[in-house]
Amino acid sequence: MKYKLTFWRVVFLVIMALGLYSTYVRYLHGLGAVSNMSDQFPWGFWIGFDCLCGVMLAAGGFCMVGAVYLFNVQSLHSVVRPAVLTAFLGYLLFIVGLLFDLGRPWFIWHQLIYMNPHSVMFEVGMCVMTYTTVLFFEFLPNVFERFNLKGPIKWIHKFYPILIVLGILLSTLHQSSLGSLYLIMPSKLHPFWYSPALPFFFFGSAVAVGLAMTIFESTQSAKALGRHLELSVLVRLGGALLVALWVNALLRFEDYFHRGMLREILKPSYEAYFLWLELALSFVIPITLLSFKKVRLSPGGLYLSSIVCLFGFITNRLNVSLIGFETYVGHHYMPKWTEFSVTLMIVAMGFFLFALAVKHLPIFPAEEHSPQHLARQATMMPATPVLEHAGD
Amino acid sequence: MSKALLYDSTLCIGCKQCEQACATQNKLPYNDNIAAEEKQSEHKYTAVLTRGDKFMRRLCMHCEHPACASVCPVGAFHKTKEGPVVYDVWKCIGCRYCMAACAFSQPKYEWGSLNPRVRKCIMCPERVVAGQQTACAEICPTGATKFGDREDLVREAQERIRQNPSTYLNRIYGLHEVGGTCVLILAGVKVEDFGYPASEKIGDTPMPEYTGRVMDRVPDFIPLWSVVLGGIYWISHRRQEVAAAEAEEKKNGSAR
Repeated sequence: MKYKLTFWRVVFLVIMALGLYSTYVRYLHGLGAVSNMSDQFPWGFWIGFDCLCGVMLAAGGFCMVGAVYLFNVQSLHSVVRPAVLTAFLGYLLFIVGLLFDLGRPWFIWHQLIYMNPHSVMFEVGMCVMTYTTVLFFEFLPNVFERFNLKGPIKWIHKFYPILIVLGILLSTLHQSSLGSLYLIMPSKLHPFWYSPALPFFFFGSAVAVGLAMTIFESTQSAKALGRHLELSVLVRLGGALLVALWVNALLRFEDYFHRGMLREILKPSYEAYFLWLELALSFVIPITLLSFKKVRLSPGGLYLSSIVCLFGFITNRLNVSLIGFETYVGHHYMPKWTEFSVTLMIVAMGFFLFALAVKHLPIFPAEEHSPQHLARQATMMPATPVLEHAGD
Repeated sequence: MSKALLYDSTLCIGCKQCEQACATQNKLPYNDNIAAEEKQSEHKYTAVLTRGDKFMRRLCMHCEHPACASVCPVGAFHKTKEGPVVYDVWKCIGCRYCMAACAFSQPKYEWGSLNPRVRKCIMCPERVVAGQQTACAEICPTGATKFGDREDLVREAQERIRQNPSTYLNRIYGLHEVGGTCVLILAGVKVEDFGYPASEKIGDTPMPEYTGRVMDRVPDFIPLWSVVLGGIYWISHRRQEVAAAEAEEKKNGSAR
């Protein structure tokens, strides 16, 4: 087999090469050499993007598992596996990111023996560790099926209810706790983003992003693999996304209203520009787009809306973790190129592993194509949207 | 009873002997260049700041309810009963949550190190336990930094304000801030001008309470949410079973 050097493969190799150089700088010259973090900015781009955004973008796993296995919405069955795969890879790469960001990553296991139950970070750490294990078991059937191991599949199916409940419980806990991390910084984080409701925002937006991410990744992989995409699935996800976005938007509005910030957020300022960008991308544009039936029923429209929404919530996480601290600190923080390149390398690894898994494992089940299945799918076309509990 | 430091900036002459004593005590480098650095860093736990003819010392406040201790996932920080907030480097994993959480931005980091530590004033814990005063208080030639029982020092500070109301602003910084600290500051000028966070900004609420309100719910939330999720699972699957059983019955019925 000849290895062809396509454009994207070249990009991938360049990203990996730069990433490896940055890795070398990180572990042989320290955090100070590789990043623009400082005593004033102890948390930089790696916390903001790799950790906060990484975990948020992996939320599709628990959303889809919740919809299909918990609420028994069988029509979404075809997207569970890619969503679980994305989540599993997302969490693995989040841990890789942590190994870069922690000052003493070789002591990461201390978490297991020197526990401080009062620490939000401890809770996040334990949840992420356990949830990654749960995701591993949710992912395993792919491998068992690939090698036709009937016994273990049966065995793992017995534990499925426990895995599902545990997975969603852990996700609820740590998705919201990532917001709780910032509750202890009321005097540092800008009031646009500091709110006692942060854990609710983080969980609510994780559900919205989980839906958007599922739309994005199924469209993307269908394109890449030249597969037929079931529009009915996307349309359902799009409807649920619209509901989730409304719930999130109302929560945010309610919070600003309650804290008497509505006038503040309309006044132009450095923070306000970033807030406007965030609100436009995460709420105004996708909600407007999805409100048109034409958009909601077209694969292209759904794809576009979900991408805009993803960018919006990424902006939100970066605002909370970086922009929101600049006024307190008194100067701007701009990540060094090596910080970006490590993140890029981790993201590229994610795409690579996803492609590899899709190629070699039954992530997109074959029966999906059979006319019989399609017919069944059509009859099960539902009327009610799922996941109305998005903002709980 | 908890020990504390009272820093009276009106008595301070800016000699920086406390900086030097601190460096010696903690085996940190100290020379003219470091003395000239007007900021704290991983090699300078305390700094005397100069603005015109006014001086101000900065150091870890040793909060009564320290944020750093509450946020550390591995419990590398803890408040000793004598007052100092100390750091166990061998536990630390380097997440830097302590730095992000501290309202006074006191923990500093060894950014250049390959096995970095968090650095801050630890209030000479060995000396304090042995009944001695801290190195900075011992060396201070004017008594600007005074070591003692917190309650005694509070009373003394109040007395000083009462006797010289024109010299001092009527406030003891650290008395109530973030639930009280073991470093108390008296001054004739606003401490905020020297980088201290404003009292109204940090408030009197102990920092751990902000996250504690959420963390305290977790033990109740786990069983409750598990039951809810398990219930949803049972209902949604039971519905399917019932539908299947009914369909089966119907089929059997029509066949009969």
